[in-house]
Amino acid sequence: MALTKEQIAQRIAQELKDGYYVNLGIGIPTLVANYIPAGINVVLQSENGLLGMGPFPFEGEEDPDLINAGKQTITTVAGSSFFDSAMSFGMIRAGKVDLTVLGAMEVSDAGDIANWKIPGKMVKGMGGAMDLVASAKNIIVAMMHTNPKGESKLLPQCTLPLTGKRCVKKIVTELAVLEVTENGFKLLERAPGVATEEIISKTAGKLIVDGEVPEMKL
Amino acid sequence: MNKVYADANTAIKDITDNAVLMLGGFGLCGIPENSIAALVAAGVKNLTCISNNAGVDDFGIGLMLKQKQVKKMIASYVGENAEFERQLLSGELEVELIPQGTLATRCMAAGYGMPAIFTPAGVGTEVANGKEKRVFNGKEYLMEYAFDADFAIVKAWKGDTDGNLIYKDTARNFNPLMAMAGKITIAEVEHLVPAGELDPNYIHTPGIYVQRIFQGSNYEKRIEQRTTKSPLSP
Repeated sequence: MALTKEQIAQRIAQELKDGYYVNLGIGIPTLVANYIPAGINVVLQSENGLLGMGPFPFEGEEDPDLINAGKQTITTVAGSSFFDSAMSFGMIRAGKVDLTVLGAMEVSDAGDIANWKIPGKMVKGMGGAMDLVASAKNIIVAMMHTNPKGESKLLPQCTLPLTGKRCVKKIVTELAVLEVTENGFKLLERAPGVATEEIISKTAGKLIVDGEVPEMKL
Repeated sequence: MNKVYADANTAIKDITDNAVLMLGGFGLCGIPENSIAALVAAGVKNLTCISNNAGVDDFGIGLMLKQKQVKKMIASYVGENAEFERQLLSGELEVELIPQGTLATRCMAAGYGMPAIFTPAGVGTEVANGKEKRVFNGKEYLMEYAFDADFAIVKAWKGDTDGNLIYKDTARNFNPLMAMAGKITIAEVEHLVPAGELDPNYIHTPGIYVQRIFQGSNYEKRIEQRTTKSPLSP
């Protein structure tokens, strides 16, 4: 069975380590915050100027001055801090953020990522994505394996304008966990009940399958 | 020295057609609502606006776009504005999209008196086209210039009559950076107090950067994405 978006987030949450400072992008990455393993303490960075992001507020307690990078109303946790946008990207650029999780439209088997523009169609802008991928030590992409047309999003080369080059380390899709290596995507885990053949057929970029591939544990 | 203006209309009075403006805020959070309303009422045109976002269709910079007052927009993310996207795709509006950290740091550089900065953001992408590159410690960086803006228009929570400013929560965002960067900086505040009332230890923007300040009024503080949790959820 292919994973739900929640299960993709749950699998990514297993990558978190105690003491990590983590930046979660919009969409599936945001859901990772719901699955932080017990006993692990991570600090969420929101690039609009907050360390220590908490859950959504109760109804009636929303504060228009307190939002995340997705413009959603949020809360803070104990020990949080506010800062301006230059300092926010300063800590990102200086490599202080341990893990960045973001969505993508395409990823290449060299670790290139495209997620900000479809020429002639969508021009929303890159926001903070280019800054994040240029500097983050560890980047995990959360996305669906194929686009709505059924075409692979894991490619030999990105066809859309790039957000960053050779930066993605790991990809978690509804079908698989893959690592970007010198020689292409390496299949690390399969979603429970998903055959290796299906993953091979839906991965257009170079894919390394090394022996028996274990199932993910959720 | 008097920095205090009566209201937004008097504070923005000498902003003319073709001016280059910086406008603080992230999404609709911490935007200078009063000044934007005054600019719409004044009807100045051919503006270049530097701001992280372009507002939504009926609020923030979106109000200026609707009146076709903006010639060029320099921003990092403009996804919430259909009219913006229409003007961009039709070629009516000139747009420069730049990485958010680059935008912030180009403001900071202006306020720090530095002509340029180096950042890895955009290396290997179309953002790098035509830009000078330098390698430091084996990593490639782009040279990005400090912004040059005629006016910076910012919103703060508290301010005093000397122009010292304090921001609240994530409404800080680009405001202190732009406040430092304008040739003339106009600050609108929710609470204007006499100099001496704010604790100097907690000032975010020193008054030297602020030429005009006024007590704002009728803040709508619109929420773009109202998200809540139910009392039953974890």
